[in-house]
Amino acid sequence: MRRLKLLFSGLLFASLLQAQETFQVNGVGDKRDGCYAFTNATIVKDAQTTLTNATLVIRDGKIVSVGNGVAIPKDAVVVDCKDKYIYPSFIDIFSDYGMPQAQRQQGGGGFNFNAPAQLTSNQKGAYGWNQALKSDVQAYKIFTADEARAKPLRDMGFGTVLTHQKDGILRGTGSVVTLANDADNFLVVKEKAATHLSFNKGTSGQSYPGSLMGTIALLRQTYLDAQWYKTNPAAAGLQGDGVNISLKYFNDQQSLPQIFDPADRAGTDFWNIIRADRVGDEFGVQYILKATGKEYQRIKEVAATKAPLIVGLNFPAAMDVEDPNDARLVSLADMKNWELAPTNPAAIEKAGISFVLTSADLRDARTFMTNLRKAMENGLSEKAAMEALTKTPATWLGVYDKVGSIDNGKLANFVITTGPVFAERTTLLQNWVQGKKYAVNESAWTSVTGLYTLTTNGAKGTNTYSVDVKSSSSATVIAKDTVTATFSYDGKAVKFSFAPERRSRNIIRFSGFNNGGDWNGMAEDAEGNRMTWTAKLNSIKPDTATARTRPTPPNRIGKTMYPFTAYGTDSTLPAPGTYLVKNATVWTSEKEGKLEGTDVLVKGGKIARIGKNLSDASATVIDGTGKHLTAGIIDEHSHIASASTNEGAQSVTSEVRMQDNLDPDDINIYRQLSGGVTTSHILHGSANTIGGQTQLIKLRWGVNDEELKFKNWDPFIKFALGENVKRTSSTSNNRFPDTRMGVEQVLTDAFNRAVAYEKAMKADPKGTRRDLELDALVEIMNKQRFITCHSYVQSEITATMRVAEKFGFRINTFTHILEGYKVADKMKAHGAAASTFSDWWAYKVEVTDAIPYNAYIMNKVGLTVAINSDDAEMARRLNQEAAKSVKYGGMSEEEALKMVTINPAKMLHVDDRVGSIKAGKDADLVLWSDHPLSIYAKAEKTMVDGTIYFDREKDAAMRKQVLAERTRLIGKMVGEKRGGRPTMPATPSYKYVHTCLDHSHKLGMLEIEAEEETHGDNQ
Amino acid sequence: MKKSFLYISVLTLLLSKASIAQDDVYPAAKQSKKTAITNATVHVGNGNVIENGTIVFDNGKITYAGAAAGAPSAETTIDAKGKHVYPGIILPASNLGLQEISGVRGSTDVNEIGELNPSVRSIVAYKAESIVTNTIRANGILFAHVAPGGQLIAGQSSVVQLDAWNWEDAAYKADNGMHFYMPSLLARPGGGRFAALLALLGPQQSADPVKAALDRIEGVKAFFRQAKAYHQKDAGKEINLKFEATKALFEKKQKFFIHCSQVKQMLIAIDFVKEFGFDVVVVGAGESWQIADLLKQNNISVILTQEHNLPTLDDDDVDQPYKSATFLQKAGVLYCLNDDDPQNRGRNLVFNAGTAAAYGLGKEEALKAITSNAAKVLGIDDRTGTIEVGKDANIVISEGDILDMKSSIVTNAFIQGRSISLQSKHTQLFERYKHKYGIK
Repeated sequence: MRRLKLLFSGLLFASLLQAQETFQVNGVGDKRDGCYAFTNATIVKDAQTTLTNATLVIRDGKIVSVGNGVAIPKDAVVVDCKDKYIYPSFIDIFSDYGMPQAQRQQGGGGFNFNAPAQLTSNQKGAYGWNQALKSDVQAYKIFTADEARAKPLRDMGFGTVLTHQKDGILRGTGSVVTLANDADNFLVVKEKAATHLSFNKGTSGQSYPGSLMGTIALLRQTYLDAQWYKTNPAAAGLQGDGVNISLKYFNDQQSLPQIFDPADRAGTDFWNIIRADRVGDEFGVQYILKATGKEYQRIKEVAATKAPLIVGLNFPAAMDVEDPNDARLVSLADMKNWELAPTNPAAIEKAGISFVLTSADLRDARTFMTNLRKAMENGLSEKAAMEALTKTPATWLGVYDKVGSIDNGKLANFVITTGPVFAERTTLLQNWVQGKKYAVNESAWTSVTGLYTLTTNGAKGTNTYSVDVKSSSSATVIAKDTVTATFSYDGKAVKFSFAPERRSRNIIRFSGFNNGGDWNGMAEDAEGNRMTWTAKLNSIKPDTATARTRPTPPNRIGKTMYPFTAYGTDSTLPAPGTYLVKNATVWTSEKEGKLEGTDVLVKGGKIARIGKNLSDASATVIDGTGKHLTAGIIDEHSHIASASTNEGAQSVTSEVRMQDNLDPDDINIYRQLSGGVTTSHILHGSANTIGGQTQLIKLRWGVNDEELKFKNWDPFIKFALGENVKRTSSTSNNRFPDTRMGVEQVLTDAFNRAVAYEKAMKADPKGTRRDLELDALVEIMNKQRFITCHSYVQSEITATMRVAEKFGFRINTFTHILEGYKVADKMKAHGAAASTFSDWWAYKVEVTDAIPYNAYIMNKVGLTVAINSDDAEMARRLNQEAAKSVKYGGMSEEEALKMVTINPAKMLHVDDRVGSIKAGKDADLVLWSDHPLSIYAKAEKTMVDGTIYFDREKDAAMRKQVLAERTRLIGKMVGEKRGGRPTMPATPSYKYVHTCLDHSHKLGMLEIEAEEETHGDNQ
Repeated sequence: MKKSFLYISVLTLLLSKASIAQDDVYPAAKQSKKTAITNATVHVGNGNVIENGTIVFDNGKITYAGAAAGAPSAETTIDAKGKHVYPGIILPASNLGLQEISGVRGSTDVNEIGELNPSVRSIVAYKAESIVTNTIRANGILFAHVAPGGQLIAGQSSVVQLDAWNWEDAAYKADNGMHFYMPSLLARPGGGRFAALLALLGPQQSADPVKAALDRIEGVKAFFRQAKAYHQKDAGKEINLKFEATKALFEKKQKFFIHCSQVKQMLIAIDFVKEFGFDVVVVGAGESWQIADLLKQNNISVILTQEHNLPTLDDDDVDQPYKSATFLQKAGVLYCLNDDDPQNRGRNLVFNAGTAAAYGLGKEEALKAITSNAAKVLGIDDRTGTIEVGKDANIVISEGDILDMKSSIVTNAFIQGRSISLQSKHTQLFERYKHKYGIK
């Protein structure tokens, strides 16, 4: 039991700080070599190499030698590690250990809807324009050791972390530091080891960027600006930016590993990781990406990024869903995520992705090992876990010469355990950092189990008992009866009590210490008699309390779904087929009009033939008798399938792109397919005059964000006029414009700048700063990009057309355009199309002259007219909305249907491929149960590119599957609760919804208006 | 074309009047001539249909509804051959006349300050000449139940007829309901913007929101307990306006409208039946389809939120809101349909009913849900809701099926026998710009 003494002698001085050469000493000098030899240990040097019965020698905080038969220096303190394991301590690459809390600046902070916008940066000094670009933050300059946070990390087995301040979109550099409790000077292993980025502007109070796509646009422009600043001497001059510290630092950091956290943002979905990787791809940067935890949902897409991943272990707890009313509001996706999240690390390993593990997301540090083991039960290999916690992070950060394995010359950072480090019964005993010991759980160093002879000696004489110590917290005493003692042992001190006779009140309380295997102490009985006691070990017994093996119940796990929501498919995605629709009423939306009793053949994703009595042996025949076939519905104005909608922080944001934040998992894609929609134009919102670039999509349910896009279409951009852009409902607007007069000037000024920019770019392409905002405007003037312009009243419509004419382009489409009927002749002369609501009005002043006859009049005057939704619910009834023009005005039925088929196709420049039933066009078709303009018509089948994405019969079957899978998961969660495992309260599956904030959107029970921080001018 | 009749009458009107405000759309004078509608497909509103039917009304009341043979003679006859005739449609919960334009504070009289306003009455703020009204009745909606909005006890509502000079004329059944907006029993999520807002509100907001909501509901119950005790007191007591305002509720002369949609909220609504004996109507009730039988057992009726809604959860049947009414109907709950869309202010009520018809109710049941059922829910079924002898002559004639937009073209409407104008600001602007462009 000598070894115990050694252990504790080390403890006494562990908290003393190391002497520093340049620092004065107060007192008597105490320089030590700190030489230790750990003998007889199983040493896992790295994931590949394990030495048994080996010795590790350290000196001065570093590893001196390791191996079998290593000479033990004479001055070494020997620690016998028989039956013990030694591992390199873990490295956490995603920490903010020792970082000060970033302070919100005055006027910044969370968005206040009633306060004016903060249009410029509050950071004083020669920094860049945007407060969220904190490239100047250097972790090593602000790092200070923090024992309160170091200890829980060390207790998990970590010895080194990469720390950075988690604040801002650019976050400056991170430093590798150890978790020792010493002077900060000794702890910094590498000052600038990485640079950090995110999608979260953090404490910046500046309004821009207010959205995910705005954040991406800002990053993109920053890369360009930095390049310009670096390569162009004039950039830092008075004609350029002057000195720009933010860009300077950013450029300096480009050679470092780039760590991007795409998950640090409310409402983070699976796709954020893909979005972040694409930003890097554009500029030839391969980020190391912080995983969102949902990578298992589409591991193929994740692997394709080729990005190394930092994987968290924060698996959601089971929810308490015993109350069926609570369970009702938890989505299948959330329940499945609970089940599948622990498979995430294994999925990443299996996909061959290089990864490290982090404890960063864990709310409770103690769950680290538990969750890691859960990940292993779900397929993560021990070797991969070991590498992910040691060698891989060290290698990424260029510090493998210092940490990450047990090798000569490296820092003496290692842990001592009772067994294999990941095993459930293993206890972490000590964590050595830089050659200093930190106790974790020393009571487990020596097993105290066994039979002891306890002798008490007091005034009443001597008594002897036999004590059977079963673990550090349980023991029985054999006296007159065999009784259970209350027992606790912490590695040094022992306390216990028992009554020698069963049901006796004479309890004797013992207190003492383990002195090298024998125990000595004081005791007192219930009558106040005091006595001394000693206990000697007779025989060692195996630790029975922990020897039990728990049977692991078979874990049946569901499959992932595409998309990861109800009504996704858990097998392969539907593929294009050959279909022959027989004997339907075919509404061609072409000059052929409505054809009764007609067949349509679909082949290779295209409409192959239209006619009577067609046949094709390879085709699946769909009986269309009594049914109606139309082209798929096209929604010119939609806000579905996107992760943000408005970047309203500035009046001109033509640099933002909806394509940067598509969300192909939005259930509204499926819901709209059920209403016959096949193509949607995803628009930026209407918060500012020149909004963002739009994206046309096809509703291919289940594909990824890239495959969702409508290929080869003319790019568009959203403009907006009127009350929204002048923030009418805000009482403290400070953003220009505040009137329609100002709106006209915003437009004129923007294009005036674009003209100058284009000229400068032509004259000096290298010296001119590339401006993505103006690039888009130049594209407009060169008829390479087209405008859909949110508009209501006739004055602004005319004014905008005149600005466009002045700069030589036209407004392609006026959307909403509720007073279009007043200026239809002018719009026709200008060449604009009109996309409107059927009957909305009276929700704000600019729509008090809106009339349901608008579409009819504009159509009569000769404009190309569409009916749009701007509303995820109404979109699935667009055929009925078009039918309202039959009621309001008396439009012909065929003309009415064209307003949601060929007319929007024309205004989107895709009428050569979609919008009508014509041989050669894309097979985007809807089979209706009834007259397509009737309220009784239901879409029975909706086809995109010859693939049936919605089928009413299949939908009914899927509803049953959804129910069955829900029921299974609810049962499993209830089992967790009854099995005594931790659960959290059932959390309703709230959804952030994105609207254009134009009108009062009626929110469902679980919907939250998501519009970020840009403005509160709802309605 | 059938529509020519409508257009000619509109044009005649407009050629004589140059104004495009709707100020010249006058409330109709009292019925002076006994009128018959003949050759019509009469949808009675109780589920029955009379083919080739005749309706006669006199002095504002229906005196005959049945087969052509045996119909009494009339002074004027409207030939409704090929057309469909319906009872006047009822918008069962609305802020019509309390709000002109939602974006303009000055035009809005919906929410009063305070959480206990039982004495507040919507009828006194009702704007009979709202620009919205004429657009709604042009779609066959002749009655609206006008309710105050707010927090907890918001005040009293009234049923109005939509052809009136002022609110006193408009009142069809004054003060027929008391409105309780039940707080949400769902914990809201943390994170994002919401968290920032919570932080601004301070730590007191971090208390369990469900518990806080239950406490507030308990506060409402406590109020009614005290009100009940107050009513037992002798005459000569000091008048408490809030307690006084609850008298009709306890006497069952008024219904208790509880605005809520969550299952747990509706389960709590049962308390108000059990403890206070109120006639409870649940308004909104998006999730009521799950507990239809319980509502039936407790005689709770429902004003269902519009069909044109998205499902609550991704997992739900994509058509769940379209189908919810059928659950209530099958369980025998007294329910009616509503259109609470803020962009249309109720004029698509018929189409919401059309959707419900398509997804399980069938046309006549769907019609009941916006006529006779609504009348029962609002307590006006003794006077309207069906085309039956003795009822007020509240009648709508449509060119075709009124529930289907492609044929829902209202040509005539009568409120208490008065032939009302179907013109509105919309038709007037339509004519003005047809004129501009020379559209015939």
